[in-house]
Amino acid sequence: MTISAGLVLLFIAIPLLTTLTAPTGEILLETLNDADVLKSVWLSMTTSAMAAGLAFVFGTPLAYFLARNDFPGKKVVESLVDLPIMIPHPVVGIALLSLTSPNMWFGEFLQSMGVTIMGTRTGIVCVLLFVGMPFYVNTAKSGIESIPRRMENVSRSLGAGSAATFFRITLPLCWRHMLVGMIMCMARAISEFGAIIIVAYHPMIAPVLMYERFTAYGLTYSQPVAVILIVVSMLFFLLLRSMSLPKSEAQ
Amino acid sequence: MIRLTALHMDLPGFTLNDVDLHIRKGEFFALMGSTGSGKTLVLETVAGLAPLDSGTVEIGGRDVTKLPPEARRVSLVYQDHALFPHLTVLQNVMYGQRYHGIPKERGRREARDLLDALGLARLENRKPARLSGGEKQRTAMARALACRPDVVLLDEPLSSLDPQFRGELRHTLKQIHEDMGATFLMVTHDFTDAMVLAERGAVIKDGSLHQQDTVTNIFRRPATPFTASFVGMTNVFPARYDNGSCAFAGHSFDGLPGLPEWRAGFAALRPEDVIVGTAADFPAEWHIMEGTVERLEREGFTWTATVRCSGQSLTAMVDRHMVLNRGLGIDSPVTVGFAGEHLHHMPKDV
Repeated sequence: MTISAGLVLLFIAIPLLTTLTAPTGEILLETLNDADVLKSVWLSMTTSAMAAGLAFVFGTPLAYFLARNDFPGKKVVESLVDLPIMIPHPVVGIALLSLTSPNMWFGEFLQSMGVTIMGTRTGIVCVLLFVGMPFYVNTAKSGIESIPRRMENVSRSLGAGSAATFFRITLPLCWRHMLVGMIMCMARAISEFGAIIIVAYHPMIAPVLMYERFTAYGLTYSQPVAVILIVVSMLFFLLLRSMSLPKSEAQ
Repeated sequence: MIRLTALHMDLPGFTLNDVDLHIRKGEFFALMGSTGSGKTLVLETVAGLAPLDSGTVEIGGRDVTKLPPEARRVSLVYQDHALFPHLTVLQNVMYGQRYHGIPKERGRREARDLLDALGLARLENRKPARLSGGEKQRTAMARALACRPDVVLLDEPLSSLDPQFRGELRHTLKQIHEDMGATFLMVTHDFTDAMVLAERGAVIKDGSLHQQDTVTNIFRRPATPFTASFVGMTNVFPARYDNGSCAFAGHSFDGLPGLPEWRAGFAALRPEDVIVGTAADFPAEWHIMEGTVERLEREGFTWTATVRCSGQSLTAMVDRHMVLNRGLGIDSPVTVGFAGEHLHHMPKDV
């Protein structure tokens, strides 16, 4: 058992470590000064964070509804929520593009509102939200399920409306689950590539830039970008994770 | 104060069947029933937490059927307390005050008075996780009372407590009710709790109300076989009534007082009103039956015997002399006797 567990850990760690240690200091420094690289990493982080924020705003009501209600067809709705996890990423990109193309009524509507999806930051956030949403909704849902219904009932009977009950009882008791959900949503978003290159090759997010450097200049020049993205996201996620841990109760 | 009219709810595997209930202002009312009888569901409909298919709920003359829970001025106390774990005892108690127009400073004073009265003053800064069962229960009570509700709904308030705290909290509950003047509706499976606390009550089984009366009347004159066994009249027999005689368990009895008009119904006896002995042991006016002992169980200082009388089983109290000196045992032929006024009669259909 120990051997197989160790093998799995090595399987994950070795390729990453190799990548991390591959670039020479000189190339790494050069890359760090490359405005395109920094821009793309920044774009990756911000668009993913925005997707996570939007998932929180729009996914929480759905998570709440699914956690608190049983209805015929609930399994179908839950599978629908999970669907973005399963379908191939280029399909996501193609689906979003075809929906928003100007010859579709929805695309026409978007165009009249001045919203463009193809090749824009909006398009990137859209794709990331699409692929990250299931992670947020499922985590938030299980968090809400862990809070007894009766607590909300008592709060209501004491005079707090459903919104007040949510903000005074439900949210304080499960914000950690929601934060973990947002972290997972964002993590999923940062790693997205397949759908992005279809919807928005430009502006370039870090994975696209990496791909471009790889095809144009080869491994040596794509590795440093990877290193920067890995280090930045790892630091960021460690920070968020530590926030989401329950603080030890002081006696 | 509370009037429930024809409450009806169809749930998978359960139906709340046209429940009518009337609870007077300032009264302590006990809704009794066993697990799964629908009693908690009735409580939740009063609170506005369970969706009704039909029927109306009136509180204080106001039709609240369509109102959300927060607009009904009813405070709910659940069996498992449902204290808010992230708030201290004092914060829990003060939780609802702001929605009832109680200013913060006055609210805090009132909350502290309540905690004081319930013996929780020392604990106001504790989190619920560090309270004992009884302390949790009293905190939940204080939280419900602190927003001065018209109605307090109690879901099995005593059943999660150890016996020694139980008597104490019963007393506290009664005291609070007398001091507050609010209407209390309690749901319980324990008839003793109802006897001690409530003036009036109702018995519910499988979503249908069986009886609604003063608790004393329910105890003395249960209306249905189920109510009878619920209040401790565990010997219930199908009985035939004819020309001043009553026949059950293979025996026919004459000269019983207060015989009903119906011809078929149920006759019931409390085990403590049925005595096992021999024919010579009973006063002449008592009624006796012949049977054999099926089971004999020691219950503390007394024995209980299950006696078989022509196909019917009957539970009876046994005097210790019968067992220790006269050698009563399994399969002993015995005579059981009861006084006529202890026999309770119920009609076949309600």
